[in-house]
Amino acid sequence: MLEARDISFAYGRAAPVLSGVSLGVGRGEIVGLSGPSGCGKSTLARLLAGYLTSRSGAVLVDGAAPAKGWSPVQYVHQAAYLSVDPRWRIGAILDEAGPVDEALRNQLGVSRRWFERYPHEISGGELQRVVLLRALGPRTRYLVADEVSAMLDPITQVEVWQALQARAGAGLGILAISHGDALLERVATRRLHLEAGRLLPVSGSATKAIGNAGSPQCGKWPLEPANLPA
Amino acid sequence: MLAIEALTVGFRRYRGLLAQVDVRALGPLEIGLARGEVLALVGASGAGKSLLAHALFGVLPPNALVSGRMLFDGIALEAQTLPALRGRKMGLVPQSISHLDPLVRCGRQLGWAARRAGRPVDRSGLEAALGWFDLDASVLDAFPHALSGGMARRLMLAMAIIGGPDLVVADEPISGLDADNAALVLGYFRRLADEGRAVLLITHDLVQAIPVSDRVAILRDGHLEGIAPAAAFSGDGSALASPYARALWRAMPENGFGLEPVDA
Repeated sequence: MLEARDISFAYGRAAPVLSGVSLGVGRGEIVGLSGPSGCGKSTLARLLAGYLTSRSGAVLVDGAAPAKGWSPVQYVHQAAYLSVDPRWRIGAILDEAGPVDEALRNQLGVSRRWFERYPHEISGGELQRVVLLRALGPRTRYLVADEVSAMLDPITQVEVWQALQARAGAGLGILAISHGDALLERVATRRLHLEAGRLLPVSGSATKAIGNAGSPQCGKWPLEPANLPA
Repeated sequence: MLAIEALTVGFRRYRGLLAQVDVRALGPLEIGLARGEVLALVGASGAGKSLLAHALFGVLPPNALVSGRMLFDGIALEAQTLPALRGRKMGLVPQSISHLDPLVRCGRQLGWAARRAGRPVDRSGLEAALGWFDLDASVLDAFPHALSGGMARRLMLAMAIIGGPDLVVADEPISGLDADNAALVLGYFRRLADEGRAVLLITHDLVQAIPVSDRVAILRDGHLEGIAPAAAFSGDGSALASPYARALWRAMPENGFGLEPVDA
């Protein structure tokens, strides 16, 4: 199990982003995490993956403190271009993590034709699938997936999540962070909501209303467009 | 206001030391966008959506080859005319947050955007611009790395709009935003259009974009599969003529979240 035990974190002297957060992600589980923009979801993700160290509390991977070397907890976030060396070709980027799993490559829809190209020569959604393929080597036991499909078209999103669900079926534990409540309802085996530094469980249908959230009924218009310079 | 005529974008690649090949990536495309309109542009990643945005703004990589015409209020968009238009009459919201300078505080970058548009503003003006997208003044003094993905995206929106453009081209502007903020941004676009500006909205999130869009252009493998009225994206999508558009609609998590065969 990937565990956070009572962890707290603040950036510099700013107010704490997280205070006393605990969660566990078991092998084979897909835990969906939602929360408003800027509430600390990605900070929690970075703490779990060892990119940041908590001020208090501990992160444990299968009961042990994280060791050096290949991390069994891999973190994939939304900004694929910031996850790769822009001067490396796709083939080299994948090679760095060891031999490519051909079955997974096909499931994720990563084409061998991209291998000769540089990151800026494939699209953002294509690069995201490359980054996922690189992260899911045989030594990876947990994936922290932070809005991994936000930049994918709906059809590719289904394909990628089918591949991830198959990996979960084979024992991978996934923390799926997303603003897409409908997506989390589809893929998560259990859901949590982060707000004001605290984690709350989510019951299944409580957040189903998102399908209608796109209608411009928000009611909060700090500046009328008419006040823009003409 | 915007007319795209027989536009193609390709890339010249070296094969070996001297031989060159030209690879067509996009087009030929015919798209028109009128004042008062929000046109959503959807399609698989790699279909050429961002290429179209970058072609409009003349920010393609140097090995890109562009043919055809792009007219903005009758003015051809090309190297001589673009500097006077982009950032002023035309605002681009880029897809990747790597377009922010990591070494410059957010407030200065927003100020630069205003100055480039010929409309320098003071700190209270910058704060007001952030307020459009529900960001507070502390963002001005932050470096980009301290912002969440959704906050960075809203900062880039403020940068694109602070110059008061007539045309906004937004590349995945709601990706990574929670539902409230996505509704805020999309509602803002709708209002921009309603007062006579125009918005080209590149997005994957059909369910959220449809209510504010007038028409939806479907791009597939660099070709325009068709332009459908936004109202056709409803129910099970049976009002859609294009099987590909139907498959996209039905794959949304809010709909079927399923895969169905689409003929090549």
